[in-house]
Amino acid sequence: MLSKRIIPCLDVRDGRTTKGIKFKDNVDIGDPVEMAKLYYDAGADEIVFYDITASHEKRNLMIEVVRAVAETIFIPFSVGGGVRTVADMRETLLAGAEKISVNSAAVKNPDIVAEGARQFGNQCVVLGMDVKRVEVSQTIPSGFEIVINGGRTYMGIDAVEWAKKGEALGAGEICLNSIDADGVRDGYDLELTRTISENVTIPVIASGGAGEPAHLYDALTAGRADAALIASMVHYNTYTIDEIKEYLNNRGVPMRMQW
Amino acid sequence: MIAIVDYNAGNLTSVARALAKIGYDHRITGDPTEIENAERVIFPGVGAAGSAMESLKRSGLDEALREVLQKGKPLLGICLGTQIILEKSRENNADCLGLIKGDVRHFPPDMTDSGGCRLKIPHMGWNTIALTIDHPVFADCPAEAEFYFVHSYYPVPMNEESVIATTDYGIAFASVIGHYNLVACQFHPEKSGRPGLRILENFCRWRPC
Repeated sequence: MLSKRIIPCLDVRDGRTTKGIKFKDNVDIGDPVEMAKLYYDAGADEIVFYDITASHEKRNLMIEVVRAVAETIFIPFSVGGGVRTVADMRETLLAGAEKISVNSAAVKNPDIVAEGARQFGNQCVVLGMDVKRVEVSQTIPSGFEIVINGGRTYMGIDAVEWAKKGEALGAGEICLNSIDADGVRDGYDLELTRTISENVTIPVIASGGAGEPAHLYDALTAGRADAALIASMVHYNTYTIDEIKEYLNNRGVPMRMQW
Repeated sequence: MIAIVDYNAGNLTSVARALAKIGYDHRITGDPTEIENAERVIFPGVGAAGSAMESLKRSGLDEALREVLQKGKPLLGICLGTQIILEKSRENNADCLGLIKGDVRHFPPDMTDSGGCRLKIPHMGWNTIALTIDHPVFADCPAEAEFYFVHSYYPVPMNEESVIATTDYGIAFASVIGHYNLVACQFHPEKSGRPGLRILENFCRWRPC
């Protein structure tokens, strides 16, 4: 049986790992390569790096991180943030990333998803979606709207429609981040996760809001997610990946328990 | 020297990095002669069967791979490399290498898990394998070990003897196939943590009889 995946997410700024709340107030929490190794040894099923480097000039720092990580861990890892073109995707993949997550670049230019999938294969392209709850309207019938710039810019696109379009364009997976839930450790947005997961055939990673193992249980069962992204709850040693997996495994969620 | 076959089918550096980690001399190459002369050969690949086969034929690598198999040198297929080893793929209706009899099919769209939830396609993530025979490349591989898969098509070898292991995902499919000096897995050993590195190491030492 296919196991559900537990995926630590590291926000990287100028080559260092940081953690913020609702995309603000970032604090330095360590070296991304060391942290990747730590999580690899601790049983992470995959790792996500999100590059929040402010300037495009410093992107080469991220490429160096990717290269060092690829020599250190032997599980899939994906890189998101700052990927604006197919050439950026190629550079990041060649440095050793398994998958590239495109977020605002895909909203502004959906062709990047199609072209990336054509050149590198669907499995390389993750559609990153930042979503906020809004009032149900004619434009946003699901009440979930696509946002960019860390939630500051509303795009007038319904999240369900965007997920379907992303799949049709060739995305191999969706990483679904609730901006409302992000960083507040109050649980994933289960309604959002389930709605998106049931409207596509590709895997969906739930993101934003994990504070305790029960939150992951909910996302992976009621939320119908195929994988769950975690950050603060492991970055600050509140829980180990082992403890989280044990909790889920004991409750019947299929987990990879040997690594 | 271990040759990693380069035919413009995705990222080969992860296989190279895994071999570097376990300490085996290797080269990424698209040169048919170099591949025929290598001590052993790894045939990876991601992407679509149609364009991969075109690329193999154009560069003469299809013949080189047949030659490797004929000469009895250890040959390891990975992911798309495994699918292309069969005779035909329903992906792009591609005629493939035919090193093993059988074809490659798409997962049915309506598969469900035991709880009635629809199974996602691609089959992406960690899953176990059940060995149907003892194989030196899978020596010391614990039954609970999981491997990283990502694919929408799966191998269907014609002869049961070609099946080395199966995996359950809605259906039971052949996740490792092979015969003689050929072993081919649908999952990515280079991305499967320690059990994956172990399999690569076993392959690097394998002396098929």
